[in-house]
Amino acid sequence: MEVSASSRDRSLTLQLRGELDHHGARGLIRRAEREIETTLPNRLTLDFGGVSFMDSSGIAVVMRCRQRMRELGGTVTLRRVAPQPRRVFDASGVTKLIAIE
Amino acid sequence: MKRTENYVKIEFLSRSSNEGFARIAAAGFAAQLDPTLDELGDVKTAVSEAVTNAIVHAYPDTLGRILLKLRIAEGGVLELTVRDWGKGIENVEQARKPLFTTGGAERSGMGFTIMESFMDRLSVKSAPGKGTTVTMRKRIARRVGAKQ
Repeated sequence: MEVSASSRDRSLTLQLRGELDHHGARGLIRRAEREIETTLPNRLTLDFGGVSFMDSSGIAVVMRCRQRMRELGGTVTLRRVAPQPRRVFDASGVTKLIAIE
Repeated sequence: MKRTENYVKIEFLSRSSNEGFARIAAAGFAAQLDPTLDELGDVKTAVSEAVTNAIVHAYPDTLGRILLKLRIAEGGVLELTVRDWGKGIENVEQARKPLFTTGGAERSGMGFTIMESFMDRLSVKSAPGKGTTVTMRKRIARRVGAKQ
C-alpha cells in the first residue's frame, strides 16, 4: 500500500495506491494518523483512485480516520472509489456515514 | 453434496503476506467459470476476509497452517473452504454479528457480514482449541453466449 499526502488550507488529501487488506492496513493507519497530527486539517479526503482491491480492513481504516477527524471537528470524504471497494463500503453501511464523491 | 467437477487444495503459513496470494489463487481458479468482474471481486473479498480471520484470530501469537480448498461443483457452484487448526471460536453466533470484533481498533468486525452478503451461503464450524472451518458457496451464472 503506497500513500502520498498533500495539504492546502487545512485540507488534507491522502492518495492511496495498491491493495488495502489487513497486511497493509496497519501501516496505513499509522501514516494517516501521523499526517492528521501534523496538519490538523478540518477536511480529510481519502483518494481511492489507485486502490485496486479492498476488504473490511479498509472499513477499519476509514472509521478510524472518521473518529480522529470528528475529534478535530472536521469531516472525511472518499473520492474515486472503484466498484469493488464500493461494494464493501455499501455492504458494511459506511456509505451512510461518510460522503463519497 | 453436488458432484465435484474440479478442485485444488493449497496450504500456507499464517503470514499476512499470504492474504494477497490467497485472493489471487482463488480468482485464478474461479476464472474457469467465466465470472463477471463483480463476481470475481466478491470471491476475492470473501477469501480475503476468511484468511485474514484465520491469521488474526486463529493464530494470534504463533504461526500456523491454513488450508484453502477451492472446489467447483456441478451447476457452476464455486465452493471456498478456509480451514485452520488454531484457537477456535468460543461463540460462533456472536462472532458472526456485525461490528463484533476481538481484534481491536485495526479490525472493523464486518468480516462475516461481508462474506455473507457477497456469497450465497456461509457456514462456520469451530471448536475451541481445535480450529475453525469456514465454507462458502457462490453460484457463478453462465453468461448468455458463453461457450460451453
